[in-house]
Amino acid sequence: MDYKDYENLINKLLEQKSKTNDEKEKEAIDNEVKRMMMFAGENLTAWDRVYIARHKDRPKAYDYIKKLFPDFIELHGDRYFGDDNAIVTGLATFHDMPVTIIAQAKGKTTEENIIRNFGMANPEGYRKAIRIAKQAEKFNRPIITFVDTSGAYPGKGAEERGQAEAIAECLFEFSTLKTVVICVVIGEGGSGGALALSIGDKIIMLENAIYSILSPEGFASILWKDETRAKEASERMKLTSFDLKNLGIVDEIIKEPLGGAQYDFEDLIKRLDRSIYNSISELEKVRMNTLINRRYEKYRKIGAYE
Amino acid sequence: MQDLFNKRKAKIDSFNKSRKKKEFVPKEIPEYMFRNCPHCNFSISYREWIDELYVCSRCGYHLRISANERIRQICDRDTYYEIDAKVTTVNEHDFEGYDEKLDIAQRSTGLSEAVVCGVGRINGIKAVVCAMDSNFMMGSMGGVVGEKITKSIEYATSRRLPIIIATASGGARMQEGIISLMQMAKTSAALKRHSDKGLLYMTLITDPTTGGVSASYAMLGDIIIAEPNALIGFAGKRVIEKTVNETLPPQFQRSEFMLEKGFIDLIVERRDLKSTITKLLILHGVK
Repeated sequence: MDYKDYENLINKLLEQKSKTNDEKEKEAIDNEVKRMMMFAGENLTAWDRVYIARHKDRPKAYDYIKKLFPDFIELHGDRYFGDDNAIVTGLATFHDMPVTIIAQAKGKTTEENIIRNFGMANPEGYRKAIRIAKQAEKFNRPIITFVDTSGAYPGKGAEERGQAEAIAECLFEFSTLKTVVICVVIGEGGSGGALALSIGDKIIMLENAIYSILSPEGFASILWKDETRAKEASERMKLTSFDLKNLGIVDEIIKEPLGGAQYDFEDLIKRLDRSIYNSISELEKVRMNTLINRRYEKYRKIGAYE
Repeated sequence: MQDLFNKRKAKIDSFNKSRKKKEFVPKEIPEYMFRNCPHCNFSISYREWIDELYVCSRCGYHLRISANERIRQICDRDTYYEIDAKVTTVNEHDFEGYDEKLDIAQRSTGLSEAVVCGVGRINGIKAVVCAMDSNFMMGSMGGVVGEKITKSIEYATSRRLPIIIATASGGARMQEGIISLMQMAKTSAALKRHSDKGLLYMTLITDPTTGGVSASYAMLGDIIIAEPNALIGFAGKRVIEKTVNETLPPQFQRSEFMLEKGFIDLIVERRDLKSTITKLLILHGVK
């Protein structure tokens, strides 16, 4: 049974609870739900985490921005072509220090998702990110990025405006950016589109977030020419936070409440806030050259060969 | 008299009909001697293919060539030596079927991985030259390809040499998963250091260059050269067609298209490649 099936069962039980007036039955249902949550939440497979990471109720970048940076000011546009709503950039104060925020923003409703292009950025989004990052470098502000995208947008216009070049330029520029960069993977991290915003000094990942070379569906369709084998693919792709920590790609995992971030968002925010704050204050003490050399080494050592 | 002719004609006709038609059997041509151009189907002898640098003499179609052939065409004879030729991939995550695929690729190409990296001279000018091979698992970039390219860039940085990378790749190698993806970051970071030293990086984009390779080092050249009609892009054509729900023109994502859109400096035919590269090296003050 997948986590999705448990969730359906729990929802059915809760519905039943709202219909009944018997106190004893209500209590029994509560206990059953709790038991089920415990069981399902503690035995998550990779595929379950893919489901949770993409869940429509899962907090999106905007929810994090609202909670962590109440005075956020959004800045728009790449100054070449346009403004991409799939990537949100701006400034805010964080524990009395000014910071720059670059976030891949998915929507929560269909209408919002259409505006945000389902969190899939076009080249102008990446160029906006570079512009804002350079601005942060100039004014010596730490950068916090939020990664949540299924990938860069594979559209006709995106190709014509140089999606590949925009992503490459992100990787190129962020690698020696002279300021502290903290990356937080909050949901889905898919392919080059996610990688473009995950070049930093510290990569923090939420427990149920995923990060992979490609969506499990795309992976299955390329390797086995069969999209329906996505579940099997997800188990092999090493896309969970624990796998990535073992591989040395992720530095820190933030524990999520049972069932996913939406079940106790306040608590998660507290932990994330502390973690980001600690990372920034720790990294700000490091000399700039050392910081950049360490960032280089961090990516330099990834790869197996003999 | 008329009758006689008619009679005679009828006789000939019936004779022709009765005669078995000889089927036309084309003479078998040994495959090693001729190869048809995949574009115009013109039959060209191997000798000619080699002499013409694997460009069709009739329609100008540029055949995909191996990494070693690419290096032979760019570098001066007997000046090229490889760096880290022996580095091979290990199937660290035990991905099913990956070992066999690697083995087949290694045996069919004679290469240890999808890229050949080394140092050579181009009309006497010393440069680091890397060439990718699309015959090796579609030139996909895994940990070793990324490592070899990064090492070459670092070699060029430390010895203050220009670097030329001829790309040919379908993108990141799926079997190595996230490790492959991270090679994009690794190679780009190495190129940034090379660039910050004021050194020249030239990309030669050949057919096909897509996915993770185009979204990293292929698009970061100080000069980006492309061969005619090479496929260059980020997403695959089928994926785009599915996303936007329309059929794309055949020229979409080809060199000429990318030149028009402003992402390539120049398109150079294969026979002019070496001289153009030499000129560009000299113009950048490389001796």
